[in-house]
This record gives sequence, C-alpha cells and structure tokens, in this order.
Amino acid sequence: MPGASKFERLAYASNDWIQVTVEGQPVQVRPGDSAAAALLAAGQPAARTSAVSGDPRAPYCLMGICFECLLEIDGVPNVQGCMVQVADGMNIRRQQGAPVLNDSLAEGVPA
Amino acid sequence: MQATSHAARTADLCLVGGGLVGLAVGLGLQRNGLKVTILDEGDIALRASRGNFGLVWVQGKGDTLPDYATVTRLSARLWPQLAQRLQDGTGIDIELQQRGGLYLSLSEQELSAREAMLLKMQHQAGGEYPFQRLDLKQVREFIPQAGPEVTGATWCPEDGHLNPLRLLRALTELFLRQGGQIRNSGRVSRITPLTTGFRLATPEGDWHCDKVVLSAGLGNRDLAPQVGLSAPLVPNRGQVLITERVQPFLHYPTGHVRQTGESTVQIGDSKEDVGFDSGTTTEVMAQIAARATRMFPLLRDLRMVRAWGALRIMTPDGYPIYQASSQYPGAYLVTCHSGVTLGALHEGPIANWIATDTNTLPLEAFHARRFES
Ligand SMILES: Cc1cc2nc3c(=O)[nH]c(=O)nc-3n(C[C@H](O)[C@H](O)[C@H](O)COP(=O)(O)OP(=O)(O)OC[C@H]3O[C@@H](n4cnc5c(N)ncnc54)[C@H](O)[C@@H]3O)c2cc1C
Ligand code: FES
Repeated sequence: MPGASKFERLAYASNDWIQVTVEGQPVQVRPGDSAAAALLAAGQPAARTSAVSGDPRAPYCLMGICFECLLEIDGVPNVQGCMVQVADGMNIRRQQGAPVLNDSLAEGVPA
Repeated sequence: MQATSHAARTADLCLVGGGLVGLAVGLGLQRNGLKVTILDEGDIALRASRGNFGLVWVQGKGDTLPDYATVTRLSARLWPQLAQRLQDGTGIDIELQQRGGLYLSLSEQELSAREAMLLKMQHQAGGEYPFQRLDLKQVREFIPQAGPEVTGATWCPEDGHLNPLRLLRALTELFLRQGGQIRNSGRVSRITPLTTGFRLATPEGDWHCDKVVLSAGLGNRDLAPQVGLSAPLVPNRGQVLITERVQPFLHYPTGHVRQTGESTVQIGDSKEDVGFDSGTTTEVMAQIAARATRMFPLLRDLRMVRAWGALRIMTPDGYPIYQASSQYPGAYLVTCHSGVTLGALHEGPIANWIATDTNTLPLEAFHARRFES
C-alpha cells in the first residue's frame, strides 16, 4: 500500500514506474530504487526478523554495512536489499530468521 | 621512593593488558581478595582477544610438551564452572559448548599423521587421553554434510567452543562489578621496580602497586625485561571469514570451520609470518574458503559477510610463559597462544599461584629459560 508509507519521494526528472511485489502485494517503484527502498515505499519497513531474537528489523544504513535489510529476492535468501536495484516483476519477501542451507550439489541427485 | 607530581594511584596489584588473559587472571585475583587494576593500551593496540576463533580445544595441544597437554585439559574441565559464574554474575551466556570436536583431514597421509600424534599423546598420558580416528562414514554420523573429499577425522570428546566476544564482555563486566578498575588509556611505557612494589608510568600518570602481572600480549616483549623477565614473542597472523547466518547445521566445532551460537559460520586457520600487519589478503581468504568448501561442499552457496586478520602471540615453541620474576619478586609474566582455551586455567590455578605464591601446577615447564641457548 504505497499510501501508507511515511516516506515521500523527491521531485524526480523521469516519470517511469515499474511494478514489483512486496510480500505478494504489487508496489510501484522507480527504476534505480533499491529493493530496500521498495519496502519502505510500500509502507512495510520490517525487512527481516532477527535470526537470534526473532525481533523485526528494518533497513537502517542503506549503504551495505548493517545487514538489517536482509530480504528474500526472487527466491534467493539473505540478500541485502539496499544493495540490489529493483527490476520489473521482482518478487520481494521478508527474510524470516536464518534460512536453511541446502546443498545445491545434492539437488537433482536421485534419492 | 620517588615523589610523583600526580596524585598517587595505587592498587594491590596491577595487570598490564586487559585482553582475555589479563581479565581472566584479574577475576581470579579478585576471588582471592585482591584490589586489582587493569591498565590497557586501548583500541589502537594489537588485540588477539578480539580476533580469534573461539575454540576451547584439547586434541593435539601439547604433543611435544606433556605438561601443556595437562594444563590444557585441566582448563577445559574448569570451563563449565567459570561459564556458569559468568552467567550468574552478568547474565551473559558465553555459548560454551563442550560436546567434542573434529579435526577433518583431506588426505590419508594427514589423517594417519594426526592419529600417530594423538596415539603418542595417549601413551604419554598413561592411556588417559580420549580420542578416536573416524572414517568418512563415521564423520558423517556427526556431520552429515561432510564432503566426499574428506578422508576422515580425529575426534576428541573434550573439545569445544564458545563465543569469544561474549566471553570478553562477560569477563569485563564481572571484573568491574566486583570493584575492579580498568583504565583504557593506560598504555604502560615504563615499569620501575621500587624498594617495595612497582611504579608504572602511563599517560594519565603513575600507578603504584605491590605486585604487577604482565598480560599485555605482544606488548610483553618490551615490558618483561624491565622487571627481570623475558618474553621472546613473535606475531603470527591468522585470517578469519564469517558467513551470512543460516539455520544450525554444524553441531560440532572442527579445527577449521565452526558454526557460532548466533548462526554464522566462522572459517579460519591460516598461519602467516607477516610481522605486525593484521590485515587480510584475497589470496589467503581464497585458500581458506577453498579448503572449507572441500570439507563442506554446501558452504559454496554461502555469502561471506566479514573477514579480518589478527595476530597470534607466539613464543618460539608455541607454549605459554608462566613465570615469576626472581630478580624483582612480585612481578609475573602470563602469556600464551591459546588464551580462550586456557581462560579457566588463568582464572583458577594461575591466579591462585600469583595471589598466594603457592602452586600445584607444573610451572617449571613454562619458564622462559627454555629459550636460552
Ligand atoms: C586468528 C586467531 C585465532 C585464534 N583462535 C583461538 C582459538 O580458537 N582458541 C584459543 O584458545 N585461542 C585462540 N587464539 C589465541 C587467543 O586469541 C589469544 O591467546 C588471546 O586472545 C591472548 O590474549 P591476551 O590477553 O594475551 O592478548 P591480547 O588480546 O592481545 O591483549 C593484550 C592487551 O594488552 C594491551 N597492551 C599491550 N601493550 C600494553 C602496554 N604497554 N600497556 C598497557 N596495555 C598494553 C593491549 O591493549 C591488549 O588489550 C587465536 C588467535 C588468533 C590471532
Ligand atoms: S540497510 Fe544496512 S546493509 Fe542494507
């Protein structure tokens, strides 16, 4: 819900919009926005829940340092949302705790 | 005694250096009723206690010095008690886990050499040295994710690990709560033995104390000769990698890879002779990562989030120096490489020895005279 965000966009030369989904909800964003910005624009600031305490956490530094903005982007877990630019149709989900590490080499091996 | 221009700062005992070694000894001295002050150089110092791997490790420690194997194992046995005291006194859980550890091998030759070393140690300990050689199938009973290149491992039920930063915090907090003082701008530039006691020169002025313990890591090199001791220490760099957090899958520490209580994977075990440079290099980080992914192929999907270098504090033979000055009674040197593992020894028997000048340890083995040719 874009209207629920506390963030306001600055006047911006280009008028392009693309659509991504945040937790399944369609959200309009600008090309060049980060996935973390898309989350903030959607009015859903909690990016992840802490793997240690389970508490919700929101993007903080927006420059790749704090790791508070971890998201699951197009199925890839633990991605720093502030370091990834949005793409049309991008599927952005919260990172819930720590992901399970699957062995990619073992996948596809017949049981 | 010479007069100083500053108000007298006094303590029963000053520890020079507030890393894992100084803090552990300091807590034990407080337990013995002493009023203790720690003078520490501060954040610019080289500090192994902030960059280590967190293993409480027994297997293979002391293969060429049985007394070292003995004190290492004693410390490992004393750890649960100290961890509990820290938890009770500060509420900080240092994440101590001692359910055994594995040292994985990637070649038959390496595995056989380790087994031979541990058999020798078992013999030296009169048979009382639990360990087991595991083949890959047995390794996978502990860690199902071990890769096909792993030839086997040695397993020791006395090994463990803890969170070294939480440990440092818990030690600091308990020390302060018990009335200890820590001066963080306390770089000691000069120690002068007096008729009774010692005078320590720091940027904030002089301190006077009856006893002084040198626990300054690499800083002991310059300080020890001032009180009739010698600390021929050299730095040895280790680089460490930290990955993103993933659900716990590695339930036992290994010599090269462990999963922390907070779910990151810590990877390390490089040894480089590069002087006082505590930086990182791409080449060594790549070697560390490559070895770890041969041991655990699933790690290849993990992202690294941090890396650092830190300097080990090494004597020529890698074993500690625990020594009282005979020239200036009241001065002591406590320095070692494995300060995490030996933490409970330092808080216990080592601190008791310094406080009471009586001891039950084989201290002669740790005298620096062994380095004199
Ligand atoms: C990469 C790496 C991995 C390791 N892994 C393990 C492990 O898995 N298990 C294990 O048991 N051990 C491990 N160690 C070793 C362990 O970290 C050290 O043995 C331990 O931290 C040493 O503590 P310390 O207090 O002697 O030294 P430091 O932490 O170096 O502390 C010395 C202190 O003295 C102060 N100081 C220095 N000079 C002066 C001065 N002139 N005046 C005042 N203060 C001074 C400094 O400020 C510093 O705080 C590892 C070390 C490294 C580098
Ligand atoms: S918000 Fe800090 S790393 Fe992304």
